[in-house]
Amino acid sequence: MSGGAFLRPKHIGARVKRVEDPRLLTGQGQFTDDRIVPGALHVAFRRSDHAHARIAGIGTAAAASLPGVAAVYTAADLEVAPVRATSRMRNYHATAIHPLARDTVRYVGEPVVAVLAENRYIAEDALELVEIAYEPLAPVTDPEGAARGDAPLLHEEAGTNVLAQREFSQGDAEVEMAAAPVRVGGRFRFYRKTPLAIENRACLAEWDRGRRSLTLTTTTQVPGIIRDLLADLLDMPGHGIRVVAPDVGGGFGGKASLYPEEVLIAVLARKLGRAVRWTGDRLEDLTSTSQGFDEIVDAELGLDAEGRILALTAEVVGDVGAYSIYPWTAALEPVQVISFLPGPYRVPAYRGHVRAVATNKAPTGPYRGVGRPVSTFVMERLVDMAARRLGVDPAELRRRNLVREDEFPYRVASGIVWDSSAFGETLDSACTAIGYDTLREEQAKARIAGRLYGIGIATYAELTGIGSRISAAPGMPINTGTETASIRLDSTGAVTASFGVASHGQGLETTLAQVIADELGARLDGILIVQGDSAAVAHGTGTYASRSAVLAGGAATQASRLLKERIVRAASYLLEAAVEDIDAADGRVFVSGTDRSLSFREVAKAVYSEMGRLPPEVREELEVAKIYDPVFGTTSSATHIAVLEVDPKTYKVTIRRYVVAEDCGRVINPMIVDGQVHGGVAQGIGAALCEEVVYDDMGQLLTASLADYVIPAAGGVPSIETIHLDTESPSTLGGFRGMGEGGTIGAPAAIANALADALAPPGVEIFELPMTPERLFRAIETAKAKGA
Amino acid sequence: MSNPRVISTVVNGVQYERPVEPRLLLSDFLRQTLGLTGTHVGCEHGVCGACTVLIDGHSARACLFFAVQADGSRIETVEGLGDVDNLSPLQEAFREHHALQCGFCTPGMLMTCVDLLRKYPLASDAEIRDGLSGNLCRCTGYDHIVRAVRAMAAKR
Repeated sequence: MSGGAFLRPKHIGARVKRVEDPRLLTGQGQFTDDRIVPGALHVAFRRSDHAHARIAGIGTAAAASLPGVAAVYTAADLEVAPVRATSRMRNYHATAIHPLARDTVRYVGEPVVAVLAENRYIAEDALELVEIAYEPLAPVTDPEGAARGDAPLLHEEAGTNVLAQREFSQGDAEVEMAAAPVRVGGRFRFYRKTPLAIENRACLAEWDRGRRSLTLTTTTQVPGIIRDLLADLLDMPGHGIRVVAPDVGGGFGGKASLYPEEVLIAVLARKLGRAVRWTGDRLEDLTSTSQGFDEIVDAELGLDAEGRILALTAEVVGDVGAYSIYPWTAALEPVQVISFLPGPYRVPAYRGHVRAVATNKAPTGPYRGVGRPVSTFVMERLVDMAARRLGVDPAELRRRNLVREDEFPYRVASGIVWDSSAFGETLDSACTAIGYDTLREEQAKARIAGRLYGIGIATYAELTGIGSRISAAPGMPINTGTETASIRLDSTGAVTASFGVASHGQGLETTLAQVIADELGARLDGILIVQGDSAAVAHGTGTYASRSAVLAGGAATQASRLLKERIVRAASYLLEAAVEDIDAADGRVFVSGTDRSLSFREVAKAVYSEMGRLPPEVREELEVAKIYDPVFGTTSSATHIAVLEVDPKTYKVTIRRYVVAEDCGRVINPMIVDGQVHGGVAQGIGAALCEEVVYDDMGQLLTASLADYVIPAAGGVPSIETIHLDTESPSTLGGFRGMGEGGTIGAPAAIANALADALAPPGVEIFELPMTPERLFRAIETAKAKGA
Repeated sequence: MSNPRVISTVVNGVQYERPVEPRLLLSDFLRQTLGLTGTHVGCEHGVCGACTVLIDGHSARACLFFAVQADGSRIETVEGLGDVDNLSPLQEAFREHHALQCGFCTPGMLMTCVDLLRKYPLASDAEIRDGLSGNLCRCTGYDHIVRAVRAMAAKR
């Protein structure tokens, strides 16, 4: 590399204020529904009010004749192939996903009829005039029942409701378990959640009649994946379809899949030759956005008398809902539970088996943490149960079992490799920060006073920044392991850097600019980050799975270094100095130890515009595209400690302290990392204490408003203390590790352990989440009855 | 448009007269009729607070108001607070404390804070959190928002 290492990075690691903020703070953001397109037709969907039924007939004449209605569509009016999320996984069954339900509806909220009208009000009026005759079928709502051979089938072609099955094993777990002196276990239940971004899903398809091209503006995390799929489905070249994710109002995984509405409006815009748009409301979000988690885990942990883990076994059933979601498949969430269950511990013998079972509920998909909030909840509960059985402090039992520094790289039974991460250090740092020993003394006093006061620890590890060697979802035929950075210095000296990622709150326009500013020597305010646009680079997928800082940060580093070499070479000719003596910073190249320098603008003008200033043979191409692939990925880890109190009269839970010590590698922007951790923990607190998607036995959704699906408000989330360990990853360029999801992975387990600790005196164990006040009341009453 | 009524409102100091359907929501009037898309819509049932605006100086859910009900009212929205080049002190505090991520709840959150800061002592974090509890944010975990409001409350 040219230039000396005499300039220390000044942007990476700094608390740089976000580039995105001024527009978002002034109402000048451009969210999907903010884009005003005169003449666009508005779509409203008549959705299924049955969980499982055959469509016997649809009457659309009355709706179509309402003034202002342009057209009404049913599945019969569309010629578009169904989408199937394929996988190389054995024992996997894809399901056909149609943009509008064809013959059968499989969950309440599934789109059946689309009404197009001049505005949303009229379109919704017309919905009421649509008549659908259903022949009800038996609803399948209990996943264990659905897995049995005699259950009604959701998808005849699959021949089973078990859409995927997988097993991981190492050693003879059953034999080791039988011989283990200490065994703890139980049946754990982590109920269904919904990601609940505050911006509902929406999309707008504009058809350019002259160029025969389509622009789909949509609330997505994965514009590249959608572009590639639509190109196949519509049989169009990629350059004829542009998928734009403008400002996106949160995603959390709920906007990381392809949705039937996106396919439908793209198809209709082309068919009608005009703009078509849909803006979902909250009811549509709660009934039809991909939901998360929802597993039953029967697990057991065996240890020796000194508290060393000997064996772990788990039988998992994941309730994946009605369809195998594109592109991740129904296997994503449940398989990840058994992949990650051993966590950051030395587990010599393991057997985990999982079934992903279809039911008549909204499809599940990725939700922040994917599998690991559940695996961490179960494993961390088991560790705490073992600690109590052994009479060992829970922090100490973890220390005895965490993978040690000299054991890295450590291969987990599922094949995941922990490259190297500060497992033990996160535990020690969190304990120190919260004053663990003092807290235990306070707890002893509180217990004497009859207070239900608990301390809960959760330590976990996650794989982030996954490269091309591992698919983000098992067997998925889409490469999620590479990222492109295309960076250019234009003829005015301005830097434009394009990526395949799609920011939806993470601040990537800021963090990627920080990386480029340091690596290229550009001014931060002289860099434009282009993202969330399938046209930006040749191949991109989007932002999910804690990948963007690692992959886009790595690609930005590579491309910046190469572009800098070229800028320096051009400057060396212009400044008549050796390349070794030239460096770049703040948008200038300069000869070290002298006052000779040129601005990027001057270099760019000399290269591009000033004829004759540079001989052709030294004229540089100031545009670079590099693809980065971390191949395997890297390990992020953390320890969360929660301190809470349960009100014995109201069963309200108050979180008194919350500490997170995390290793997210080299920190690009500590302010943004804090924000990600806080937000993740808040979602984990919701998952632990209040959030639950509830379907009744008929498959009707009971939590269909924000009054019924309750997420934490400002009073329900404590101030969170964070410690960044900042240990550079050995496996990624730049040393970055992903950290977008960790908060949600650690918090449910930490809260569950703190609740179990608080309720140890009445003898309550925690096996299910969320522990709502009602469940706490019942658990305490049951324990009291047993005690009496 | 069926049964239109002409309404007259002052939005961010600008007088508007527009014919509207009686059923048009104030949120849609602001966003679609006036093109002021800074006010966001998150639930249309009055829980999330994303659409919060000030009507005659009081914070209100624009999704629970019909535009005709705002006839003769003075409305303040996020567009009235400050510009990209000249953020208001509250907007600047949000930026400084990283009180926003995706920015979708932010306009409603800001308008709620404007109301809180005008009317309440906000002497403790508990009081600030209580005041913010009608606005849902899914990104930040609220703590940075509390810090921004605390900083503004101290400066008054």
